[in-house]
Amino acid sequence: MNNRVLLEVNHLSKHFQLGPNQTLRAVDDVSFHIWQGETLGLVGESGCGKSTVGRTLLQLYKPTSGEIRFAGERVSDMTERKGHKAYTSQMQMIFQDPYSSLNPRMTVTEIISEGLMIHRPNLAKKERKEQVSALLELVGLSSRQANRYPHEFSGGQRQRIGIARALAVEPSFIVADEPIAALDVSIQAQIVNLLMDLQRQKQLTYLFIAHDLSMVKHISDRIAVMYLGQLVELAASDELYARPLHPYTEALLSAIPLPDPVQEQSRERIVLQGEIPNPLNPPSGCRFHTRCPKAFDICAKEIPSFAEVLPQHYVKCHLYGEKGE
Amino acid sequence: MRTLPATGTSPHEITDDLFVHEPVAAEVAMEVAASAADAPWKAALKRLGKNRGVVPAFVLIMVITVLAFVGPLLTPYTYDGQNVAHSNLPPKISGLGWLGFDGLDSNGVDLYAKRNITEAHWFGTDEFGRDMWTRVWKGTQISLLIALVAALLDLFIGVLYGGISAYYGGKIDNVMQRIIEVLVGIPNLIVIILFILILEPGITSIILAMTITGWVGMARIVRGQILQLKGQEFVLAARSLGVSNSRIMFKHLIPNAMGPIIVTLMFTLPTAIFFEAFLSFIGLGLQAPLASLGVLINDGYKGMRLFPYKLVIPAVMISLIMISFNLLADGLRDALDPKMTK
Repeated sequence: MNNRVLLEVNHLSKHFQLGPNQTLRAVDDVSFHIWQGETLGLVGESGCGKSTVGRTLLQLYKPTSGEIRFAGERVSDMTERKGHKAYTSQMQMIFQDPYSSLNPRMTVTEIISEGLMIHRPNLAKKERKEQVSALLELVGLSSRQANRYPHEFSGGQRQRIGIARALAVEPSFIVADEPIAALDVSIQAQIVNLLMDLQRQKQLTYLFIAHDLSMVKHISDRIAVMYLGQLVELAASDELYARPLHPYTEALLSAIPLPDPVQEQSRERIVLQGEIPNPLNPPSGCRFHTRCPKAFDICAKEIPSFAEVLPQHYVKCHLYGEKGE
Repeated sequence: MRTLPATGTSPHEITDDLFVHEPVAAEVAMEVAASAADAPWKAALKRLGKNRGVVPAFVLIMVITVLAFVGPLLTPYTYDGQNVAHSNLPPKISGLGWLGFDGLDSNGVDLYAKRNITEAHWFGTDEFGRDMWTRVWKGTQISLLIALVAALLDLFIGVLYGGISAYYGGKIDNVMQRIIEVLVGIPNLIVIILFILILEPGITSIILAMTITGWVGMARIVRGQILQLKGQEFVLAARSLGVSNSRIMFKHLIPNAMGPIIVTLMFTLPTAIFFEAFLSFIGLGLQAPLASLGVLINDGYKGMRLFPYKLVIPAVMISLIMISFNLLADGLRDALDPKMTK
């Protein structure tokens, strides 16, 4: 990993207008950066805006405000100057559901070569076929299966096809949107291994979105924790697990079940009270204060800043600000 | 918290041996997948062949289509050639007398012998001596033309309209759906009467009336399908690859909605045929001397008691067409969407 920032996100917001007076703040003022060659894990409860962040990065959603810089260049400038196409060859996505992410009416060859047809239209048909075979073997499938349809494959194999499709355009950055959530545990390890091998081989950078904390720790160099559309903590993965600062992160980590039944019994769980608040009407001040076991007066009034409390350890909590001391 | 004996690993740790490569599993899974199924459309075709109603219906449609064009050439008569000497002859086909095609009228008199006519009119003649065989097939031609027009309208206007409305969504969808609601709000019969006020009654005004509302059902079906499909991840994947909107529409969305599209299409055809026959029957459709099945039935039922063949033959013909299209549509629906069976 070198020290070049590949992707920089500054004050990114994505709001969905649901009705005349209803705005869903799916992502609200999120800033982070991703070093070249690293894996940033993004965790949080379902509905907290993880996938929206990923999709906004890929310009599948137009950001409401804020800017995304890719390799130092503003993405909005880039798409304006060279078109959406230039950007999509740099950045790709792996999807959560291997059953709905492959078009059931297309063969594996057609699925994988679609990106090639768009980004390298001059490629002869034969070369394209060879490329597809090479990609299939890269992800651990046989090129003999190239003319089959997606429904003939298992979930893990389908996910491999999805990975091959993303790799076809030779991107440098991949958003993996819960790529293992829909798979069996035994298959999960295979897919994670594959992703890590590919990262080494092709110097890829990942944004790994997940809610399985143990898996995220295994694959990620740094982890960002999201709650209700905002980042609450960001740190190197070992640091985050060893020293969670935000009460929400503590609660999340305490929810990881342990394989040892004796340890599991004695595990001290922090059980959060109540449901995740409605994102249409988020709580004032710190968004977590309604469920936070350590909340005090100021939490309901002022929004804490996302500050570097320890070196390379960012947290958005009044406990660590000057006001909380 | 109880103190525990040291286990060597911290509680939250995942050890690396959980992630040992397992190359065997991939091979095994590969073999399982190797016992391949067919392409989706092939499997559907297989299911279609197994349906008992489909094959005869398909054969019947083929026979009727061929006869509609070949039939009029088999006799020396034209559909509008009048011959008063031959008026009101009952049907006569030599060899098929036992089926009723014996040239006897309702009183049992052989009119062919009585009037010294040597030629045989296979389906008889009407009151102007026009050959019914030729007229029935001419009428079938009109019915098939109407079916073809309805199919084209469904495919080109209905599918595109519904697809665009759903894919772009938001304001576009809203406006397009309101337009559809206005269109279906006007009864068909009023539209056609308005057209007849401007144009003459005939095939043109029927087709124009169908152009206005005939595709609405298809547009709604397609819209529903596309709305459901466009949120699926393979569409997002295509967009993140930079696939153009038109390619997403024609390569990703419409092929996946093909089942319901074909089924809707097949059910529109008999409706359209029947619509034309109905209009002709009430006198708003084709005008003499042109023949359509509806016109023939209308003429026939006026003399139903004396000349039942004039009513029965075109009525049987339209029933056959309707039944075969409906059977075929039923079979297609079951074959293309196995979830809907029973």
